[in-house]
Amino acid sequence: MIAEPNTLFDKIWDRHVIKHIEDDVFLIHVDRHLVHECTSGAAFVTLNNTGRRVRSPNLTYPVIDHILSTAPGRTGETFAGGREFVHLIRKNCAEHNIELIDYDDSRQGIVHVIAPGLGIALPGTTVVCGDSHTATSGGVGCWAWGIGTSEVAHVLATQSILQRRPKRMRINFDGKVPEGTYPKDMILYLIGKIGIAAGQGHVVEYAGSGIRSLGIEGRLTICNMSIEFGARAGFVAPDDTTFEYLANKPYAPKGRLWDAAVDYWRTLASDPGAQFDSNVDIDSKVIRPQVTWGTTPQDVCAVDAALPIPTEFRDPERRKAAERAFSYQGLEPGRPLAGIPVDVAFIGSCTNGRLSDLEAAARVVKGKKVASRVRALVVPGSAEVRKGAEAIGLNKIFEEAGFEWRETGCSMCVAVNDDFVGPGQRCISTSNRNFESRQGPQSRTHLASPATVAASAIAGFITDEAGLRN
Amino acid sequence: MEKFNRLTGIAASLPMVDINTDAIIPASYQRTLKDDPGIGLFAGWRYDLQGNEVPDFILNRKPFRESKIIVAGANFGCGSSREFAVWALMRFGIRCVIAPSFGDIFYENSFKNGLLPILLTQQYVDVLQEYLGKTNSPTLTIDLERQEITLLDGRVLNFTVPPSRRVALLEGIDEIGQTLRFDKEIKNFEEGQREAEPWIYSRPEFAKRTEGAGYAQN
Repeated sequence: MIAEPNTLFDKIWDRHVIKHIEDDVFLIHVDRHLVHECTSGAAFVTLNNTGRRVRSPNLTYPVIDHILSTAPGRTGETFAGGREFVHLIRKNCAEHNIELIDYDDSRQGIVHVIAPGLGIALPGTTVVCGDSHTATSGGVGCWAWGIGTSEVAHVLATQSILQRRPKRMRINFDGKVPEGTYPKDMILYLIGKIGIAAGQGHVVEYAGSGIRSLGIEGRLTICNMSIEFGARAGFVAPDDTTFEYLANKPYAPKGRLWDAAVDYWRTLASDPGAQFDSNVDIDSKVIRPQVTWGTTPQDVCAVDAALPIPTEFRDPERRKAAERAFSYQGLEPGRPLAGIPVDVAFIGSCTNGRLSDLEAAARVVKGKKVASRVRALVVPGSAEVRKGAEAIGLNKIFEEAGFEWRETGCSMCVAVNDDFVGPGQRCISTSNRNFESRQGPQSRTHLASPATVAASAIAGFITDEAGLRN
Repeated sequence: MEKFNRLTGIAASLPMVDINTDAIIPASYQRTLKDDPGIGLFAGWRYDLQGNEVPDFILNRKPFRESKIIVAGANFGCGSSREFAVWALMRFGIRCVIAPSFGDIFYENSFKNGLLPILLTQQYVDVLQEYLGKTNSPTLTIDLERQEITLLDGRVLNFTVPPSRRVALLEGIDEIGQTLRFDKEIKNFEEGQREAEPWIYSRPEFAKRTEGAGYAQN
């Protein structure tokens, strides 16, 4: 008898079902519970009020990242508005015997940067976190997804989560992107094509030669933004690139355990002929650098294109939303995207705060100066990234150009600490959301790759690397 | 979670698609568990930069200040996983959101707290929004047991909620307590997994952290 071909997701799902609860509800084991200070506080209150304990401190990985100041020399207390959650997570971790990665730990960083970066997230595992960008870790081949605070409490108490089986989508990127196009451009382009709700109810497997040719950090960038088109999880089947990346990471298995793990991980791929609920094909060879113009990530176009005109949208809802977006962003429909002046340039976040991102930006910046009216900042995604960047002198390149070289954290992506874009100011940003007021009340955001953000910081207006050279 | 059975109240129409959780409650209202998150509900639209109410915004107007229901466009609650979005709605007084589709995490979070998210076709949402736009008494009755929305003019719209979710809301169950009944199954699962994938449980020990000293792997 020949077994039905299975998708990678089905394989991971089947290995994690503890129990079929009722109709479409299953109890799924959680192998890695990532925890951060902002969404865990109330979950521990739920736990403590009912006298329940954390079931598996050994599978729980807390870190402080969101609400910390990123000012040079910061401590956990520097941002006064963040102290409550900083103190809460310290107290909760101490009471429940969980090892916490605090602000000054050399393992510290944005939870989605350190989970793969330290080898906490491993192929074939289930990874959850009270944070919608948890899918990032899918770049190393795990099923990783964001959950709410009630679910965080459930996972803390039971090391499991109730799930309904999601639909499966495969997104195939065919071919390598042109020189000067980055993984961020690939994911923005995709969202522009399929819209921000296309992934609702789905987990996504990214596949094709366009994905295979990427390093792990590029795959992490793509998986990171799965939620920006509505998919809770997105991943890439592990391969030799994955194993090379994970080998010798602090939390990755070692020795014979490593060999056994790799033997298993090699089986983690969708079988030929496996059926997906939906398929998307993207020709990556034609993707040029992308920048968003509106207030959702689907409002995106190539950097050298003209902005759309709302009446061009056939869908009346989309037209209405576009009109609102133009008004909020203070932009004229139909004008060229390139040349829009920017006030702030932000490089960092769980989308683009890794070493390869900083290297790409530094190549553009080297020997140049940030335009005089622009505030430009680099916030490395983790202490390891920061140290690695300093070891090869990237901090010098950025500082000499006029960038701030800051401490690690989520920073201006979510603006829950004191890094924010002022009212009416325009920021070009390597982060993941350009929603109204996302980066601060009445802030205006344009999402782009690190290279494009760097080029725009130098020029003082939106442009890419190629535009800066001309 | 809070039980949900039957609700009669003012319904406010927010006829926009893709209302995201940053719009529902901005990050700056999520730095504490001590304040009322209802104050931050739709803060970017409800208040100007000085903190004054924007008189035009529907939830600042009578009778919608007392709204218990929101009728919105597709993809309501997309964006971040913040459960503060559900808490803000509930503390403001909203117990039900009706929309053609929801962000997946928001949808899940709603049930966990006793906020009822009703999926209705775009056509029915249009019917409701048109009705709410014209009537002087924008009141709806939501009956979860019967899965009916009743308008004051007597019209009834039917909806469905997945059976297990409906029962959970009607009874207000303690989900963690329910799962803890399967303690033995979880243990058995973990024993099997420890055999098959021992590396999942091989967490390295790190030297005790001292301030500023980083870590060393043992």
